[in-house]
Amino acid sequence: MSINGKAYIVGAYEHPTRKADDKSVAQLHAEVAYGALQDAGLTKDDIDGYFCTGAAPGLGPLNMADYLGLTKLKHLDSTDVGGSSYVLHVGHAAEAIALGLCNVALVTLAGRPRAEAMATGTAPRSWGVNVPDDPFEIPYGRTVANAYAMCAMRHMYEFGTTSEQLAWIKVAASHHAQWNEHAMLRKVVTVEEVVNSPMISDPLHRLDCCVISDGGGALIITRPEIAKSLKRPLVKVKGHGEATKNQNAGYTDLTYSGARWSGPRAFEEAGVRPADIQYASIYDSFTITVLMQLEDLGFCEKGQGGKFVADGNLISGVGKLPFNTDGGGLCNNHPANRGGMTKVIEAVRQLRGEAHPKVQVPGCTLALAHGTGGLLGTRHGSATVILERE
Amino acid sequence: MATMASNRALPAIQVDPTNKPYFDAAREGRLLIGLCKDTGKHFWYPRGCSPFTLSNNVELVEAKGTGTIYTYTVMRTKEPYCVAYVELDEGVRVFTNIVDCDLDSLKIGQKVKVVFKPTQGDAPPATMFTPV
Repeated sequence: MSINGKAYIVGAYEHPTRKADDKSVAQLHAEVAYGALQDAGLTKDDIDGYFCTGAAPGLGPLNMADYLGLTKLKHLDSTDVGGSSYVLHVGHAAEAIALGLCNVALVTLAGRPRAEAMATGTAPRSWGVNVPDDPFEIPYGRTVANAYAMCAMRHMYEFGTTSEQLAWIKVAASHHAQWNEHAMLRKVVTVEEVVNSPMISDPLHRLDCCVISDGGGALIITRPEIAKSLKRPLVKVKGHGEATKNQNAGYTDLTYSGARWSGPRAFEEAGVRPADIQYASIYDSFTITVLMQLEDLGFCEKGQGGKFVADGNLISGVGKLPFNTDGGGLCNNHPANRGGMTKVIEAVRQLRGEAHPKVQVPGCTLALAHGTGGLLGTRHGSATVILERE
Repeated sequence: MATMASNRALPAIQVDPTNKPYFDAAREGRLLIGLCKDTGKHFWYPRGCSPFTLSNNVELVEAKGTGTIYTYTVMRTKEPYCVAYVELDEGVRVFTNIVDCDLDSLKIGQKVKVVFKPTQGDAPPATMFTPV
């Protein structure tokens, strides 16, 4: 079964807050859900499918469904693959809709790591209890930052990738963020400023890392007949792919990501090629995350990511592949330490023609959103969706 | 520039019924790795099933304790430390720390050997590596 054309994203909402001192996580979920419903022109009781992750407070979707007053649910999915979850949820929602399991799906994400002063990237952190790899990794100070830095180090060793090339990814994001009034970092930066920022985990500098922010977002996905009855531009789910990559029993290869598998699955289902994509939302927890995903999604050859991103090739209006035109995780926000939601939202904005005029891709009809969740250097989830303006 | 590896306090390792033999050997200064007896292939990290066949026809075997740095990074925290994957001579890549050295002198491909470092309380030691 293909989901191509079986579901549409009709509601998308990003919370404007970046520091939510005065709101609970549950309340942030409520506000993004309401925002997405308003955007779609639907109401709470239209929702019969609900998607969230372990970042939502409570037991799977149960406590949030209660807080939000969702009483008509007949399909639930709390698959958690970190920041890639929300991209994966779009695919799962389209599958559920195509099978007739639900009609209107709501996906929510919210969190407040900034208000809670969380050391997101630099403090060792387990995902739970009885995790079998923890005794072999946590005592060694495994953090988000060093698990990505080791990939960057190996990429440089194998392919000659440089810190200056990685810096171009941040530079491009900052060019976009300057137009986003909600972005945390709106100042346009230079390659020199990135490579001269403090080293966090060799070879990643502070400006190679994404921001830590509060906030969240929500999406509404529905069947074609309902989508066509609403007043919003039609954004069709055209293809989806998901994958996990792990340590491969000790024979891990850190030069590629799970996008090597999720990307081709999405492209095949959509019936399009990387060269057809006019705008891409690419997960940007770190600059190296973007570079490896671009290679693995097929936007350039393996090992050529450094050359591909250099000289502004990711800047809208300048380069061949405009990416993360909201400023992305590197400059705009990374709500709940999970960037997949905002990746989908900005792709929807581009397809609707509702991105900031300074970064809007003219006549954008085909976009990709991709997420990597968990740790690139140990085990991670990967999800790709391809969306089309109809 | 030189950055000596810090002797940061290591959290106690959580031993469970399945990984206990690995850590018992670590207390004796021996490095064990998994061996799948269905395929004859080594694996990391140690577990009670074969990641190649999923059967429990596995055992722990002693590794030579030497290898090379596959990749690494230095966390530039108040107490700097090096996180690395070391490729053992047996072929598996082990998530670890490189210790007792100048962290600014490390290179991918560098030869290293195992050392065991105490963790908090009476928990078993951590399996780390130092340049040969």
